[in-house]
Amino acid sequence: MNGLQSRHLLGLENTPAEDIQLILNTVDSFREVIDRRIKRVPTLRGITVLNLFYEPSTRTRISFELAEKRLSADTINFSTSTSSVKKGESLRDTVQNIEAMKIDMVVVRHSSPGVPYFLTQCMKSNIINAGDGAHEHPTQALLDMYTIWKKYGRLDGLRVVLIGDVMHSRVIRSNIWCLKTMGASVALGGPSTLMPKEVERFGCDVYTDIDKALDGADVVNVMRIQLERQQLGMFPSQREYTNLFGVNSGHMKLLNKNYTIMHPGPMNRGVEITSKVADSNKSVILEQVTNGQAVRMAVLYLLSGRKEEEGE
Amino acid sequence: MPARNDVILDEKKISRALTRITHEILEHNSGAESLVIIGIITRGAHLAKRIAAKIKEIEGVEVPVGLMDIGLYRDDVHSMLDQPVVQRTEILFGVRDRNVILIDDVLFTGRTIRAALDQIIDFGRPRTIQLAALVDRGHRELPIKADYVGVNIPTARDDQIVLHVKEKEGDDIVFIERGKGRTVTKKSPAKKKGGKK
Repeated sequence: MNGLQSRHLLGLENTPAEDIQLILNTVDSFREVIDRRIKRVPTLRGITVLNLFYEPSTRTRISFELAEKRLSADTINFSTSTSSVKKGESLRDTVQNIEAMKIDMVVVRHSSPGVPYFLTQCMKSNIINAGDGAHEHPTQALLDMYTIWKKYGRLDGLRVVLIGDVMHSRVIRSNIWCLKTMGASVALGGPSTLMPKEVERFGCDVYTDIDKALDGADVVNVMRIQLERQQLGMFPSQREYTNLFGVNSGHMKLLNKNYTIMHPGPMNRGVEITSKVADSNKSVILEQVTNGQAVRMAVLYLLSGRKEEEGE
Repeated sequence: MPARNDVILDEKKISRALTRITHEILEHNSGAESLVIIGIITRGAHLAKRIAAKIKEIEGVEVPVGLMDIGLYRDDVHSMLDQPVVQRTEILFGVRDRNVILIDDVLFTGRTIRAALDQIIDFGRPRTIQLAALVDRGHRELPIKADYVGVNIPTARDDQIVLHVKEKEGDDIVFIERGKGRTVTKKSPAKKKGGKK
C-alpha cells in the first residue's frame, strides 16, 4: 500500500478497497490541517489546478477551490457562461488550449457521463471527476464513506440505505460501488419509476416501500430529489413524493439505535427530508461538508505526485 | 543483529545521552515552565516522550508533548512516484511565546528540520525553537545546527544510521550499516525506510 493505483479519479466502480482505505487514512491528516489557525500547508506549491465546471455547483466547487488553496496550489476557475464555449469552441479544443498554458490537474464537472474519461484521452493532466451526468461523483461518496467510518470505526457490516432518484443520481451510484467494495450492505429506496431498468445489477436490496427500506438500517443517506430532472413526469407530484418517500421523524423508530442521517445537499427541506430530521442530533450533514474539504485535499495530494510517464 | 563494532549506542548509552540532553535543556531554559516539546514522527516522537518523562522526574513538571509529521512540508513531494504516507500531526497546545524543543532521531541533511521549522511557525510564533537530535551524522545540505546532540558520528554519505526504539522495534540501539545508503532516484521510488537516514 504505497500509493493509488490510478493517476486519475474518474469513479469508484473499479477502485480497489486498498485505494479507498488509503484515501480515508490520508484524510485524517488534512482534517487536522483545516482545524488549524493557519489552514494552509505548502504541499502543492507550484501545481496549477483547473476547475472546469460545465454545470452549476456551489458546494463542490467551493470545496475543491478551498482544498486547492489550503494546499498552496494555484487555481483557475472556468465556467461556461463567461468563456469561449459561448462562441462554439469544442470541449477538446478548450481543454487543450488551457493545458497549453501549463496546468497540472483538472477538476471537472459536466452534464455528460464520460467527460472525465474523455479528458484523460486528450490531456496529460491528472483528472478528478467532480460529477459527470448520472454516472459518478466519487469525492462525494468518499466523503460519505469517511463520515460513516469516523462515526462507526468501520464500514463492513453496516446497513446503509440510499433514498431517492436512483436512476439519475450519480451520488447514489458512487456510494453503491464504494460501500459494496468496503463490505457494507446497501439498500435502495425510491419510486419504481425512478429505478433504472437493470437495478439488480447493483447487487443491492431494492425497496419501493420506504418503511421496509429503512428497517434495521444504521445509516440513512437521503438524496435530493432533482426537481430540474423531473420534467419527464416520473412521479405525479412533489407532494406525493413527500408523502410516500419523504423521510420524517416517524421513520426514526425503524432504524437501529445508533443511527445516522446524511444528505449530500442541497436539501429541499420538507420534500425529501423534514427539517426536524435534518437538524436532529443524529444528523451529520454539516460534518459531511467539512469532511468533504479534507477528502478533496487528500485526493489532490495523492494524485498530484503521479506524472504521465509513470502511468497506470 | 549488527556486528559489534557497528553499534554506536546501546540501551544504556541511549538512556545516558537522553538524560544529559534533558539536563542541558533544563539548564539552558532555566527550568521547564516555558517549554513545549515536539517530536518528529515516528522515532523522534518516542524520544520526545522519554525526554518529557525525564523532565517530570527531575523537575516535577509536566511538559506538553506534540507529534509532528512533516510529509506535507517536504521539498521532494513531486519528485517521487508515490506520495509519502502522511500521518497525523498532533499539537494540542499553543506554541506562541513558548520555548519549543524540537526532537529528531538522526540529524542528516537538515531538510526534515527545515520542513518542521516551517510547520511550527504556521502554528504560531514561538519565543525560540531549539533542536535536539540523538545522533548527528553530518552531511548537512542546509545551514542547520542542533542545540543538543546525543552523539556525533562521522559517516560516509551512503552509510545508513539505524535507530531502534523499544516502543517500536522492542530494543534500544543505534548502529551503522556501511555503504547501504538511500537510493532516491526518479525511477525507483523512495521506500519508507523505517528509521534509516
